[in-house]
Amino acid sequence: MRKVWIWLPLMLFLAFIGLFASGLFQPDDRVIHSRLVGQPLPAFTLPAGASDRPALASAQLATGKPRLLNIFASWCVPCAAEAPQLMALKQAGVEIDAIAIRDARPDVDGFLKRYGNPYARIGLDAQSKIQMDLGSSGVPETFVIDGKGRIAYQHIGDIRADDVPMILDRLRDAQ
Amino acid sequence: MIAETGLAALWLAAALALLQLLLAFAGLKGGKPELLAAVRPAAVAQGLLTAIAFALLITLFLRSDMSVLLVATNSHSMKPWLYKFAGTWGNHEGSMLLWVTVMGVAGAAVALFERALKRDAHMATLGGQAAISLGFYAFLLFSSNPFARIDPPPPDGQGLNPLLQDPGLAFHPPTLYLGYVGLSVAFSFAIGALLTRQVDAAFARAMRPWVLAAWVLLTLGITAGSYWAYYELGWGGWWFWDPVENASLMPWLAATALLHSVTVLATRDALRAWTIMLAVIAFSMSMVGTFLVRSGILTSVHAFAVDPSRGSFILALLAIYIGGALALFGWRIGSVREGAPFELVSRETMLVANNLLLSVILGIVLIGTLYPLMTEAFGHKVSVGAPYFDRIAGPLALALMVVLAAGPLTRWRRDSASAVGKRLIVPALLLVVAAGVLAILAWGRIGVLPFLGLVIAIAVGAASIAPLWKRKLLRTPLFTWGMVIAHLGCAVSLAGMACDSAFTVEKLVAARPGDTIQTAGWTLRFVQIMPVAGDNWTALQADMQVDRGGAPVLIRPQSRFFASPPTSTSEAALLTRWNGQLYVVLGEEVEGGRWQMRIWWKPFVTFIWLGGIMIALGGALALVGRERRGWLLKWRARREVEA
Repeated sequence: MRKVWIWLPLMLFLAFIGLFASGLFQPDDRVIHSRLVGQPLPAFTLPAGASDRPALASAQLATGKPRLLNIFASWCVPCAAEAPQLMALKQAGVEIDAIAIRDARPDVDGFLKRYGNPYARIGLDAQSKIQMDLGSSGVPETFVIDGKGRIAYQHIGDIRADDVPMILDRLRDAQ
Repeated sequence: MIAETGLAALWLAAALALLQLLLAFAGLKGGKPELLAAVRPAAVAQGLLTAIAFALLITLFLRSDMSVLLVATNSHSMKPWLYKFAGTWGNHEGSMLLWVTVMGVAGAAVALFERALKRDAHMATLGGQAAISLGFYAFLLFSSNPFARIDPPPPDGQGLNPLLQDPGLAFHPPTLYLGYVGLSVAFSFAIGALLTRQVDAAFARAMRPWVLAAWVLLTLGITAGSYWAYYELGWGGWWFWDPVENASLMPWLAATALLHSVTVLATRDALRAWTIMLAVIAFSMSMVGTFLVRSGILTSVHAFAVDPSRGSFILALLAIYIGGALALFGWRIGSVREGAPFELVSRETMLVANNLLLSVILGIVLIGTLYPLMTEAFGHKVSVGAPYFDRIAGPLALALMVVLAAGPLTRWRRDSASAVGKRLIVPALLLVVAAGVLAILAWGRIGVLPFLGLVIAIAVGAASIAPLWKRKLLRTPLFTWGMVIAHLGCAVSLAGMACDSAFTVEKLVAARPGDTIQTAGWTLRFVQIMPVAGDNWTALQADMQVDRGGAPVLIRPQSRFFASPPTSTSEAALLTRWNGQLYVVLGEEVEGGRWQMRIWWKPFVTFIWLGGIMIALGGALALVGRERRGWLLKWRARREVEA
């Protein structure tokens, strides 16, 4: 018994070395894959986030046509940087809904007045509960939702100008 | 010239390490004992040379010598001198040079000051130390040369990560390194003991001060690092279970277990194999931690250069040293006799329980840290966060605290459960009273873990000073004081953690200058916001008049912008009171001239670090106490011989 026990640490250690070596030589993967891709949206009903846009519920996202769900906040600087790209997507005919995170309606109104308003509907997620359910870890993030209300793609961080064609491709793929 | 001298000193030190290893080997195994006389001088010279190399690198940084690649990529001539100085180890190469310097200096200290060990074991220990150092010299010289030149030199450097531009950086990494590289001495002791088959109480008494010293420094380093993260990162947390934090916690857990098991071995000659195993594990954890951080295999805010070739180099070192030590353990430990037996209710059993709990916590942290790597090997990506560690390690840590309360009140060798129970009556009563009071005051408002944490902290605090009960305080040995203070420190720290998670009040506001904010009994008046300029940064600074009934105090949270490299950081304003800290972070400007602010009132949060300092202080007192007792005994013996 003692014989086995004294060699156990070495065995365990060798297993760790194998693990380290496999980790070390694995190619880097910089893309974050969402677990929710292919899953239906979690059910939610949110109050209106802006004074001139209707409120948002998850059922309204299954419209038969792919659309974008943008997670943003008036207090978020990259969201402001992302605004022109969202406007460009809107002009390309994409329908975009939004959830404002930890925000207040007057702040959202001010933000939209300053940076433009590409959104059809805006929900307010004051406690970032829905954001959690969506598996989103920050703002901004953008989800491609297919016609049946399932998540087809999750884009983490702001949409840069050179991401726009990729987003349009994803929307087409989700058809 | 300075850089070349530094490099030459490093090569010389490496050559001496090789010589030291060969001399020790030839002296012990090759039948040439006369060669052993040169081992200690070689170790001392090696220590000196590494210290010189390190001092030269500091000089290069202080002079902003941009013809040295490392200085050019990590420093900037406009930086304040303190950060030029601290920048020496704020990068991969410099920190590895610090690593070998600590190793060299620790080896020299063992050569100079170790007197208790028998000659053969001493020489084998120094040989072991040289063998480990050699690998790290090779790593430094072949893949991370800190003294490499760049031609032509750039006009100025690229600067230091502004997050690291903080006085904390001048203190925290060197202390941490002294601690976790200092554990290499315990590792070498274990190797020496296995090679010479001398695992006994005398060996434990010789190893104990080295373990204690490394552990004290490691404790201080972790405490400082935690406080740095708390005020510099500006999210109000003090521990994030980041891989790098775990990398420093794991050696600490192993060293804490080792510290207690070495006491059992020294006092009662029990737990022989286990103590050797822990000595190997403690430094192995330091090396594994370094590997995890430096290879880029796990993502972390602390990671420096991501370089797979360096990663493979460190992995090879790990395989050779840890694998070698564990193989030696398997091969030799069979010939080490079983230690002295002990009864179920005894101090020994309490210390075994302490060791088991610490080892399980260590295992949990190790698995949590490596879990993303394990699942990745099977094609899944996950990350393991604070909830896992808190929920699993938390209850075990509380159990450990209960053992901590009972252990010092239990007698060596044999005790009775009822006697131990009687000694614990006062703490147990306190536990019940505290639980009752807290339940009435805050039931339903605080979580289970913080509730238990606070109640246990109060009881353990009382139990930990019980060993002083009815003793003449001035005649109590210093190491008993050390134990009491360190254990009390654990209770204080636990109380701070529990209060922070139970009672912290957080408020997020968007305020205009002139606004008044009320939170947790404090009134904060936002006076104005002004731009200010520092040495190599500019900032927006808010003036806040804060008070809670008395005279108002001015605090100034800042949002700082650094030009090189272009980054912004937030400098939280902290106001410390005896019963907590007010923590204010200035955020972005929002619509209508309002500024976002995050305000926390954190009751008793400072206890966390106060406890950490007490733990380290207790260790230092125990160290001094034991050593002084050794000197006194020796002195008395000599006087008796003379008489």
